[in-house]
Amino acid sequence: MLNVQGLTGGYHTVPVVKDVSFTVKKGEMLGILGPNGSGKSTLLKVISGVLPMQSGTVDLDGKAIHKYASKELAKHMAVLPQLHVHAFSNTVRETISLGRYPHQSGFFSSWSDKDEKAIQDAMRLTDVKMYENTYLDELSGGEQQRVFVAQALAQQAKIILLDEPTNHLDIAHQQQLLDTIKLQANEKDLTIISVFHDMNLASLYCDRLLLLENGVVKIIGEPHVVLKQKQIESVYKARVSSHPHPEQPKPQITLLPSLGDLQVDELITKEHFTVSNENVVLHSKTPLKTVSSAVVNAGSGWFRSFVNRHVKADYECDDSTQEMVDYLEAQGFSTTDTVGMMTAVRTENAVIEEYKGTFGSIIIAVTAGVGNAVDVSKAFEREDVPYVGTINTWIIVNGKLSDEAFIQAMITATEAKTKALQHEDVRDPLTNTLATGTSTDSLLVAATQKGQLLQYAGPITEIGKCIGRGVFESTTLAIKRYKKAKGM
Amino acid sequence: MNKTWFAYVASVLVLIAAVLAGVMIGSVSIPIQVLWNPNFDEGLANILWNIRMPRVVLAGLVGASLAMAGAAFQGLLRNPLADPYTLGVSSGASVGAVVTLFFGISIPFLGLFTLPVLSMIGAFLTMIIVMGFAKLVDRTMKMETIILTGIIFSSFLGSLLSLMIALSGEELRQIIGWLLGSVSMRGWPYVKMALPFMIIGFVLLWLNRREINALLFGEERAKHLGVDVKKRKMMILTGGSILTGAAVSVSGTIGFVGLVIPHTIRILWGADHRHVLPLSFINGASLLIVCDLVSRTIISPSELPIGVITAFIGAPVFAFIFWKQRRKGSV
Repeated sequence: MLNVQGLTGGYHTVPVVKDVSFTVKKGEMLGILGPNGSGKSTLLKVISGVLPMQSGTVDLDGKAIHKYASKELAKHMAVLPQLHVHAFSNTVRETISLGRYPHQSGFFSSWSDKDEKAIQDAMRLTDVKMYENTYLDELSGGEQQRVFVAQALAQQAKIILLDEPTNHLDIAHQQQLLDTIKLQANEKDLTIISVFHDMNLASLYCDRLLLLENGVVKIIGEPHVVLKQKQIESVYKARVSSHPHPEQPKPQITLLPSLGDLQVDELITKEHFTVSNENVVLHSKTPLKTVSSAVVNAGSGWFRSFVNRHVKADYECDDSTQEMVDYLEAQGFSTTDTVGMMTAVRTENAVIEEYKGTFGSIIIAVTAGVGNAVDVSKAFEREDVPYVGTINTWIIVNGKLSDEAFIQAMITATEAKTKALQHEDVRDPLTNTLATGTSTDSLLVAATQKGQLLQYAGPITEIGKCIGRGVFESTTLAIKRYKKAKGM
Repeated sequence: MNKTWFAYVASVLVLIAAVLAGVMIGSVSIPIQVLWNPNFDEGLANILWNIRMPRVVLAGLVGASLAMAGAAFQGLLRNPLADPYTLGVSSGASVGAVVTLFFGISIPFLGLFTLPVLSMIGAFLTMIIVMGFAKLVDRTMKMETIILTGIIFSSFLGSLLSLMIALSGEELRQIIGWLLGSVSMRGWPYVKMALPFMIIGFVLLWLNRREINALLFGEERAKHLGVDVKKRKMMILTGGSILTGAAVSVSGTIGFVGLVIPHTIRILWGADHRHVLPLSFINGASLLIVCDLVSRTIISPSELPIGVITAFIGAPVFAFIFWKQRRKGSV
């Protein structure tokens, strides 16, 4: 479709873009990324012929772009620049109708049915039909931008060049606009080249990305190839981290602030815990990075309060999460800053122990009951529904864990818990085999993320040793207390 | 569409009314029958066809040309303050005319037409110089370049005019009178002289009505929409300059029409130049015919310069429309 080879050009005699080569296939959406002043917009302008090229070629459908007559080129290529200012006030209809300019000719204007259909379609797709007779300057920036998208669509070109189409738009309008463009591209097999300021948007919508650095192509490829942490850091000179998008198979870049010593270091100790017959609570001054299988705020996140709440053994509720949120609110906890768990076990029997290692220290907090003990290898024979959690294990780490260390910490903790059940000879009442856990155990790993990075947390790492020993000892003790309380 | 049709019908009706008033009213009232029955009264028919009609037609053509040129320049330069005189073409025409008066030049064969011919030559030379210079400064001829070049040349030529006025003696009244503009005592030859240029200018602009619409969004946008910007800009500048030059050389520098008519049209009926251009043409004609009528009847038998009247009538009318419709259009 579009073939750019060795393109050098820009303003005056100093080339802004240097030796740029790439091809875009029909139906493809290519995003152009780069820091401010890297030549993104200039590249677009040289391709569209607004700025001169010093060397290289730009071929559209196998024909050099400068060999097209103005109107002919506009039939093949539509360009949507950034938001503009107007001297006079045109209506939305007049503005969109201009998109038909390359299709019209003659001394008298000949507005054909085809022209009318094209602008009606464009207005429908961009949802601006209701503004048809409104003046452009009475619309908001987002609406105006949609009108110009409609103008470009009315042009019915096979390739559309966009320069930061979502500039100045809020996220809802960004989404609407890019959804429209992307869906159009798919439906009509349009080719899209767009400059993006926001690499996350580019990643979400583009098939391939082109990263410019000082007017030179740094890399071109699929988003996962381009949006790599080290690469983005070196081009943009900023600390970033790359994460998967929660819904789309695309990477997202998050900025990492360099605030250094602004944050206070805080060491979590046993004294931070309060235990009552109603709950076990941990308050931390600074948020802890947490991964858990809790009732409220499960999954990963940053939290300052942690609550393990005692409920009656016959607790039953249709929406236990909402009930737990209500409880936390009533107790004065912030529901967005608190991880909440439940247990039928009496919380005053909780075991809280501190373990020190060369890396720092960890605190283990366990509440255990084994009434619902299960042998996981035999669990397929059971048909009962889950109950409220029984062995709830918290591991609070005064240290900095990597993502893999979080996962390994959970594995290590689970293995240690199973070993404790074995040690106490807890059996699955149904099969009379050794239990590996209970039916609804919960686990929480939280770390202060201060100090040296702990890349791994397997059983024979320093922290793994602490977790293994700590969880085993704490769980064993908790089961003993449980048995004692039950008079077993 | 209905609104547009209404605009055209109303404008044409106003024009017809203006023409009729223009030929009937004056120091001698002429009944309307004389128009189609010359035998009604030969003396009156003579006044109507040889004095009033050419005057009305010339006023109409001048008004139409200035209004249309103004509309085109405002659109092209994307500047609501632009008018037919922005490019300096009118100053060139004025210098040509004032030189004729100042030096009392009378070229054989041309006789009385020495002034309009020299004026037109002045306009033409200025147009070529201004555009040539603008192109020399900036090959892409950006709008800012054109406006600045126009201002430079207008100022220079304006100082030449001031110089001649300062040095003039008894010609002063004549010079001032010409500069303020008038369409009196011209007759059909002036109409014939200006008409071909006006037709060329009109056609050049009419051919670019859609391009002006595209250029309203900026040259880059227009280019992306498929407009051959360089060529079209040249056509519009040339067309507008020819209209202006032709109008000024036969009537002097009549202000305000080129500014107020296009804006009024835009406020009333929108900024689509496919309609702004022809509607400006029609209503520019009407305005100047009415203004000329007022200028020769208000303190009859003396005549006021028409340029005084255009602003005198035009400004309040414009102010009223502007105030009434300020929410609809941005000027």
